[in-house]
This record gives sequence, structure tokens and C-alpha cells, in this order.
Amino acid sequence: MTLSKKRLAAITVCLTAIFFTLFLFLPESIVGHRADQLLLFLPKVLFLAVTAAITIAFLLIVIFKKDFMRWQLHSFNRYRYLLKLLVKRDFVTKYRKSVLGVLWSVLNPLLTMMVLTLVFAHIFRFEIENFPVYVLSGQLIFNFFSEATTQSMHSVIGSGGIIKKVYVPKYIFPLSKTLSSLVNVLFTLIAFLLVFIFTGAEFRWTMLLVPIPIFYTLIFSLGVGMFLSSLTVFFRDMTYLWGVFTMLLMFLTPIMYPIEQIPEAFRPVWGLNPLFQFVDYFRELTLHGNIPDLWTNIVCLGVALCALCVGTYVFMKKQDRYILYI
Amino acid sequence: METPAISVQNVSMRFNLSKDKILGIKEYVVKALKGQIFYEEFWALNDVSFDVMPGEVFGVMGFNGAGKSTLLKIIAGVFRPTMGSVTVNGEISPLLELGAGFDSEFSARDNIYMNGAMYGYPPQFMETKYEEIMDFAELWEFEDVALKNFSSGMMGRLGFAVATSVRPSILIVDEILGVGDYKFQAKCEERIQNMISDGVTVLLVSHSIKTIKEMCSRAILLEKGRVVCCGNIKDVCHAYGDE
Repeated sequence: MTLSKKRLAAITVCLTAIFFTLFLFLPESIVGHRADQLLLFLPKVLFLAVTAAITIAFLLIVIFKKDFMRWQLHSFNRYRYLLKLLVKRDFVTKYRKSVLGVLWSVLNPLLTMMVLTLVFAHIFRFEIENFPVYVLSGQLIFNFFSEATTQSMHSVIGSGGIIKKVYVPKYIFPLSKTLSSLVNVLFTLIAFLLVFIFTGAEFRWTMLLVPIPIFYTLIFSLGVGMFLSSLTVFFRDMTYLWGVFTMLLMFLTPIMYPIEQIPEAFRPVWGLNPLFQFVDYFRELTLHGNIPDLWTNIVCLGVALCALCVGTYVFMKKQDRYILYI
Repeated sequence: METPAISVQNVSMRFNLSKDKILGIKEYVVKALKGQIFYEEFWALNDVSFDVMPGEVFGVMGFNGAGKSTLLKIIAGVFRPTMGSVTVNGEISPLLELGAGFDSEFSARDNIYMNGAMYGYPPQFMETKYEEIMDFAELWEFEDVALKNFSSGMMGRLGFAVATSVRPSILIVDEILGVGDYKFQAKCEERIQNMISDGVTVLLVSHSIKTIKEMCSRAILLEKGRVVCCGNIKDVCHAYGDE
């Protein structure tokens, strides 16, 4: 059976509908505080519909193109050493010839945190409990995202020399850059722990769940990175646009200011920023000792999966033409 | 019947050459709206088909611009053909472009592993080949020297050593290489000869009728992307010489 666009759309709609009906019958305890008012409920329903549709469409494509996927998996198995070497090389290159070397991975977030604390806690006087930890947690997630996406964006163009010479699965490049950023996050986590101990913050067992928001951010960044790297090959201006956009996004994410600074009316708009969701998740675990409810998890995972599906699809669709534009 | 090592079926490759230079985004939009964006289509390859059997030494001949390099790049998997398909059974080692992924900041040792990984070989495997590679490239003294301090000849030797030491079952050779001094070239040729007698399939591009006649059993002649003739080496050489 072949997969025509019409058929794909039809099956997607059907499956989404089924998924939905099932969801509506779930007991309230699982869905979290599902609002009684339809007004609050509607955006959630819409969000779920879009997320489910995209994910289901992607899965359908994967199932229908089994041969293609099998071949991709085979090639991944073959090139996983390359992935490992590329990540290692990124890491080694980064601190080559600097005196302090790897130490910078921990020092850098610490110093940035100090500057931000000086400016925002002592000059602007924001009232936040344990500002150093607050700011560092925001930085950790946000810098992960911005570094991973920016590096991925350049990765395909930057590897032109390799792509022109020998066959290598192209997704290796954004993937390796995203994983390199993940390695960096691990070092930032060390810095985070140091600050945590130093400021005398209370340890909570929920801190052990920290890999979850990091995982969501990883999936999300990988998706966005794949999309960007593909787009940049054909449209180089993206490099500059994305630089400005990440800056905007940084100010839209409550990293160095409390969310309470935003007028109540605008807060739902802030909630649309997936990075805020991830940052908030991270802070709930580390600062407040709460485990976010199921709904928050659905939102985070949904956004991340959507980004991954769209990014992978666009990337795979365009990858044969990269070489003509590099 | 034996399955061919390389099977090329009705392969065509189109490139778009943009005719007039588009100066800016405004002009681009205006032209796009008028439907005036033309690309000159250039068919680098047009309906090319042939099979190469395992263990065969197959020649590819043609004048400059005949599409030889494009064909080799398609077989190596660098280009995806516009139409048609290529099936390859075996491990290809393309000697088209040596040293994929060489990084001048790193040592010869690191680059050998990286280059191997680019061809899809795990580090454990490269370790077993390491000595052979260094012996062949004669670079033991420079094992830990960064590649940026290498001469181009040294770099070429290293690339050739890696590409041939991994024992591929298919070798793509674009001209018998001009790597290093005459001594090393003789060594390269000897190694390729050894591989041929070991039963490696070779796809050889050369302008020299003499080389092709000496080494190949069958060949294909391309002209402007089309197959002029394909088959017995004598007929093909005859056709090539006549033109």
C-alpha cells in the first residue's frame, strides 16, 4: 500500500479523533486539574489535537516507509562511532590551548551567574529567594537550547567538506552538535550543585528527577536544530535572524526576573513559550520540591515531540539537495 | 547468476544552472511573480546503465565534461541521482577525495580513527589496521604531530593508506593517483594491483588508453552524459581513439 497525501491526512484525522475521545473519558485525577469551565479547557484540547495530529502523521510516515527507516537504522548503527568521535572532537576543540581547559565548562556558567546576580539582585533588586540558584537554573536550560540550536544550524554548512567527499548520514551533524551541548549541560550541573551547596539551599529528593526536563529540552532542541540546519542551507540569512530571535526569546523567558513581574493578563502568553515550561519544570524540582502534574508533562513532551517530528521530516525531505547548495 | 557488485540503472543527473544573476530579493520576488525565473537545465548524465561484476576491473572513459566524476560520485553515494537507481553490494572505498574529515588541528593518529569512522569503521577495527596504515604511509615519526604541519604529500599518503588498508570490496579510483614521489606512486600502484588480484572490484577512471587497456577487462565510454558504448575493452578503446 502506498501512502498518498490524502490517505495520510484521512488516517491522521481518524486516529486523532480516537485518541481524543479516549482522552475525554480519562478520569480527572489522571488529567490533572482539568478546568470545569470550557474556556480554560478549550486551549488544552486544541493543543492536544495539534500535537497528536503531528505525532500521528509522523508515525504513519515512519510505518509506511519501513524500508527507508530500516535502512536509516542500519546506517545509524554503522555510523555511531562517527557520532561519538564528532562529539569528542567538539569537546576537545573547545578548550584547546586555554590554560584552564575543561575547568571553563564549570567556571563559565558560574561567572555568568555572578554577573547576573550582581546586576539583577543587587542593582535592580528583584525579590527572589536564592537568586543565584534561580538564575543558574534558568541559564542551564536556556543556554542548552540556544547553544544546541545555534551549533546545529551551522553544522550542515560547516561540514560541507565532508559531505562533498564521502557519504555520511547527514543527520549525524546536527545530532552531534546537540549531544555536545548536552555534555556541556552536565558540566553546568556540577556548577549548579556547587552553588546549591554554597548558598545552603535545602536538598530535596525531587532533584533526582532533573534529567526529565533536560530530556525534554534535548528532544525539543534537536527538533528545532534539525529544522534550522535544513533551512539555513537554502536560506543563509537564517543565521542572523536566529541570533536576534534567541535574544528575544531569552528576554521572554523568566531567567533573571520572576514571572510575577509580568502582568497577570499576559501570563498565559508567557506560558506559550516552551522554554519557560522547561525552566519552570526544572525549578519546581530543584527549588520547590514539587513534581509537576501530568498535564505539565503532557505539554512539555508534546511540544518536544512535535518539534522533533517536524524537524526530522523537513530534514529528511531536503537532505539530498544539501550538496547542491553547499 | 551472480549479483553484480555495482548495478547502475537508467541513472540521470540534472543540475540547475541559474542563467541570469539575481541581484536581490526584490528582483527575485518580481521575477518569481512574473514566472520568469529560468534555470538552464544541464543533464550531466542521461540514462546511463551498466553492471559491474564482483572482481572485475571496470574502466570509465570519456573526455572532460563527459560526466565521469558525477557518475563516480553517484556510485559513492555523495550525489543522489535525479532519476534511476544505483545498487552497490559491498564496502566502497572511494579514492576520489582522500582524507574526508581530516582536521588539521589533530594528530595523524586521531585523524586515522576519524577518517575510518567516516567510512563507517569502528575504532576497534581501525586499531587492528593502525600499524599497517602507518607502515604504508611511512609516517611513524609524525604519529603525534598535528596535521597542519604535514606537507601535502604526507597528507595524501596518509589518506591513501587509510582508504586502502580497510580492505574494501569495491575500490573507486579516479586516475592512478598523483600522490607523493615516484617511489610512493609505485607503491600505490602495487597495492592496487595486489587488491585486484585479491578479487577486489575496481572502478577505474583514466584518460590514458594504455592504463585502461592494461588493467580493465570491460569499460564504458561516456560523451556529454550519454553512453557511447559499453562492453569489451577493445571496442571501447577503439571508439574512444576514433573520436
